[in-house]
Amino acid sequence: MKKLINDPADVVSEALLGMAAAHPDRLRVDHENRIVYRKQEPRPGKVGLISGGGSGHEPLHGGFVGLGMLDAACAGEVFTSPVPDQMMAATKAVDAGAGVLHIVKNYTGDVMNFEMAAELAAADAGTEVRSVVTNDDVAVQDSLYTAGRRGVGVTVLLEKIVGAAAEEGRSLAEVAELAQRVNDQGRSMGMALTSCTVPAAGKPTFELAENEMEVGIGIHGEPGRQRLPLAPAREVAALLVDPVLSDLPYGQGDSVIAFVNGMGGTPLLELYLMYNEVAQLLDRAGITVARSLVGNYITSLEMAGCSVTLLKVDDELVRLWDAPVNTPGLRWGA
Amino acid sequence: MIDKFAAWLRDSAQVLHDNAAYLTELDSAIGDADHGANLDRGFGAVVAVLDETSFGSVDELLKKAGMTLVSKVGGASGPLYGTFFLRFGTALAGAELTPVSIGEGLRAGVGGILARGKAELGDKTMYDAWAPALDAYDAVVASGGDLEAALTAAAEAAAKGRDATVPLEARKGRASYLGERSVGHQDPGATSTTLLLESAARTLA
Repeated sequence: MKKLINDPADVVSEALLGMAAAHPDRLRVDHENRIVYRKQEPRPGKVGLISGGGSGHEPLHGGFVGLGMLDAACAGEVFTSPVPDQMMAATKAVDAGAGVLHIVKNYTGDVMNFEMAAELAAADAGTEVRSVVTNDDVAVQDSLYTAGRRGVGVTVLLEKIVGAAAEEGRSLAEVAELAQRVNDQGRSMGMALTSCTVPAAGKPTFELAENEMEVGIGIHGEPGRQRLPLAPAREVAALLVDPVLSDLPYGQGDSVIAFVNGMGGTPLLELYLMYNEVAQLLDRAGITVARSLVGNYITSLEMAGCSVTLLKVDDELVRLWDAPVNTPGLRWGA
Repeated sequence: MIDKFAAWLRDSAQVLHDNAAYLTELDSAIGDADHGANLDRGFGAVVAVLDETSFGSVDELLKKAGMTLVSKVGGASGPLYGTFFLRFGTALAGAELTPVSIGEGLRAGVGGILARGKAELGDKTMYDAWAPALDAYDAVVASGGDLEAALTAAAEAAAKGRDATVPLEARKGRASYLGERSVGHQDPGATSTTLLLESAARTLA
């Protein structure tokens, strides 16, 4: 294992120290509970937005705390869901009288821990909590016999759009309804060129030969659905875009936010090359790209590879996407 | 009896520590490579609690262990094992500790695992070790066996259940994303459950 770390046991806590040191103008960090908060106190009457999950997906979620996105993010160990105590503390802290929305990626552990936290927060402080569980990954096909589709790229787009709606002062019910709508209109598919190494494990989670790629991966270094011979970017783009397009389905005349996400170890040069392929496929399918996002936003440590997320949008969603945002991971208009 | 339950938790912590790399290796094949490290951290925290707290009853001890696991482990195994010990402890509150009441407590604990995880037999989860273990335990108690015999039978049945997860296709947890590619791998949760029961057979009776 070759990593810029001191001790595998301290990776998460030391990274949080770094976030606090790097962004003192925007963030404050509760190091004991491993919660990243906005520096400013919650605005009375604004719905609180919290998310959280295992570490190793940066900038998700801590890097999306700030104006126009999250109020707080709970960091778990690498690839391990945070614990209920963290979400309960965050929920109470960001409740400004309008309730709190939990944004949860659909993984067994995340769902269980957030559920326990929501029960505890309601019982303890009377905070009204609603949850949205993102599950946009089309690689997981048969939801009856699996833990259900994973929450991946759409989580980033959702945190941005729903964050903007919360800033407008919408109610918890409205914010939760919008979050569900965004999730339902988004689909993703990912692939890996390499595995990744969990610091505590010390070696790669799986092995991929030089001439192989793994298609249908998630964001935890877990192997995907299929191992295939490495192919040119043009073919890889089709392998990712086709199942996404056929799933919703998206059709001629639809507008989308097109999001090409890096898994952490792929240079922007290749991500833009991939975006070019994706854009051409969408053009051929008669789909209009209303907005795009290219970069490393929901990662899997140092894994090389990418995912494609398409979110079907209308004018309202585009307007919320364009609204000001000021977080370490995403910033425009503010 | 409090000392024996404390000894069980301490021995489990040691065994999970010794097997952390092995559990993580199993989890790497079909999960996300954190099971060993997470349980090691969680049970280490339970031992720290045992070191600094004296308990008046077994149920308090087990409930505190459960809450500590919920607070320290994360992932799915935190709520699952945490709920197990919470419900186990709750079931034993005020009860005389006999092979029958301990068996009922174990069953209540596993009921908690099912309530949280919603797994069924054959889903390739820790329940595939728990279910045969509970049945083996009850069978020994029903035929007049003592706690040691019951726990030993439970541990042996759990090991068989664990081994039987190898050919299964996972239908719960992260391994389920792999579909048929999860076949041929031993379930990490069923493996840690077996370690806990083997520890119980050594320490509780």
